[in-house]
Amino acid sequence: MNGTVQAEATRDAFGAELLDCAKADPSIVVVDADLGNAIGLVQFRSTFPARYIQVGIAEQNAVGVAAGLAACGFRPVLTSFAAFVACRCLDQIRVSVAQTGLPVVLLGGHSGLLAGRLGKTHVTMEDLSILRSLPGLACVAPADGVEMRKALRACLAYPGPTYLRATRDATPTIFTSDHEFAIGRAYMLREGADICLLSSGTMTPRAAQVATLLSDLGYSTALVHVPTLKPLDIQTVATATRGKRLVVTYEDHSILGGLGSAVAEVLFEGDRPPLLRIGTEDTYIDSGKNDDLLEFYRLEPEVVTGRIVNALETQ
Amino acid sequence: MTVFCQQYRECRELGGVDFVSFSEFEAVSRRVRRLVVDTVYGAGAGHIGGPLSAVDILTVLYHHEMRISVSDPEWPDRDRFILSKGHSSPALYSVLASCGFIPEEELWTFDEVGSRLQAHPDMHKTPGVDMSTGSLGQGLSAGAGMALAAKLASQPFRVYVLLGDGECQEGQVWEAAMFAQRFALDNLVAVVDWNGLQQVGWDLSDQPSREDTLPTAVEKWRAFGWHTAVVDGHDIGALVNAFDAARKVTGQPCVILATTTKGKGISFMENDNAWHSRIITEDDYAAICAELAP
Repeated sequence: MNGTVQAEATRDAFGAELLDCAKADPSIVVVDADLGNAIGLVQFRSTFPARYIQVGIAEQNAVGVAAGLAACGFRPVLTSFAAFVACRCLDQIRVSVAQTGLPVVLLGGHSGLLAGRLGKTHVTMEDLSILRSLPGLACVAPADGVEMRKALRACLAYPGPTYLRATRDATPTIFTSDHEFAIGRAYMLREGADICLLSSGTMTPRAAQVATLLSDLGYSTALVHVPTLKPLDIQTVATATRGKRLVVTYEDHSILGGLGSAVAEVLFEGDRPPLLRIGTEDTYIDSGKNDDLLEFYRLEPEVVTGRIVNALETQ
Repeated sequence: MTVFCQQYRECRELGGVDFVSFSEFEAVSRRVRRLVVDTVYGAGAGHIGGPLSAVDILTVLYHHEMRISVSDPEWPDRDRFILSKGHSSPALYSVLASCGFIPEEELWTFDEVGSRLQAHPDMHKTPGVDMSTGSLGQGLSAGAGMALAAKLASQPFRVYVLLGDGECQEGQVWEAAMFAQRFALDNLVAVVDWNGLQQVGWDLSDQPSREDTLPTAVEKWRAFGWHTAVVDGHDIGALVNAFDAARKVTGQPCVILATTTKGKGISFMENDNAWHSRIITEDDYAAICAELAP
């Protein structure tokens, strides 16, 4: 981590990096369900028109087409919004991609709460919960543009299918170019004795703020970034949480089935410090401005810090 | 017949299966039909009516139309086949056995734990299976992706997808149909095993007769930009000619609506929906063996 305040939307980092990758690897193709311009692919489309397969607004077919391309040696990257990838195409992903193990990258754009005032239909807080349950599908939620670039390359090199989460709006860049990303690895960003705070995706820059606020209040806080929800880095999660007064998960996703659940699954097979899961509750979300959404769903770093302190003090 | 023989020679060169005459062809078809029955009877499970309606189509594809290599099932330039109506797997496995992709004896492991021949096809388990299927409506999309891959990579292979007529009620089929037309996938051939029956189907009193619904289906595929042909799906020569004609079509995908009889070849199963997936008893089996005797 460094102290820079640069910011970048992970969707833009995705689009730029994919273009670079495609220049070197002719097997890379985009299979887009008519949202590519919202996922940073304008340049890709104009550079490689023949490798930008516009399927149209037909996501289920797009998944099958991507599977067929992958079965014949291509490295397809399917692009749509996370809500449509995970919810509309579940059976297609399960049967044609996960059960076949074909190396398709499923890019879920506009993932998480801050998806641009689109509301309940276009915003899914359930995508990781749904897709994490599919055997053989790796699920990755990068923290920033730097990690997205590395995660995309890792997904394209992965022997099986992957789900990669991208966000719409710019978020702070916390990693530097020497970040050694690998699918299946979690990263201890900060040591601490009292609390183990685990976060994923673009919630990690906010988690770093929370860790600082907690430390200022006298609670020594460890911070673990978990970009890969599946396969989970069980070793790092188990080690980092052992002996802590409180374990907290903080994610841009429902507390059901995402990072909170993944960590709970590990904890209940080992030592059991109390666990506080922070994300959206079991609900469909309202549309609204980013700041208003974070406030309404009690996800702002200051509020999260208060919730953690309250959990500790009422133990 | 000229093209038939030419294909046959190519097939031989590739180590494929050889034929010399239609009568031999029909014998293979009969043998495959018997293998289907034995597979399902042996397992005490599995569909029977649908696989039997597809036997002749599959026999023509695997023993004549497709350029495949039994000695090298993963040959990159091989034609691809997708059984989109994956529950007809006993027919696919039987025809694969008749080609030599798997030993006939392996058919008796059908639908058992650890078997390479699962209830629904698995491309990683069975040699000669190009795509995993089972959940209806998905095969044509994957086939379109493969056909597009051949175009993008300038590979010569063609892609064949077998759908059920009931399966065409799935919306994804028509998403794929639109896609294939837009990308002018003339190396893609869909065959609809038009047996007119499905698990439950419509209330017969409301349902127009099968002869009435077929023209509507032709119009639908045509409206989606496909080249269409209607053939008797149990007439070997008609199927051979339909596939030959499809090869000559350029700029658009082809669909062959093959009218078939569910349970074809077993008199008491034919057109009886009760035989969609009924268990074959010992008495049934004796009667079937008598009917299928060469």
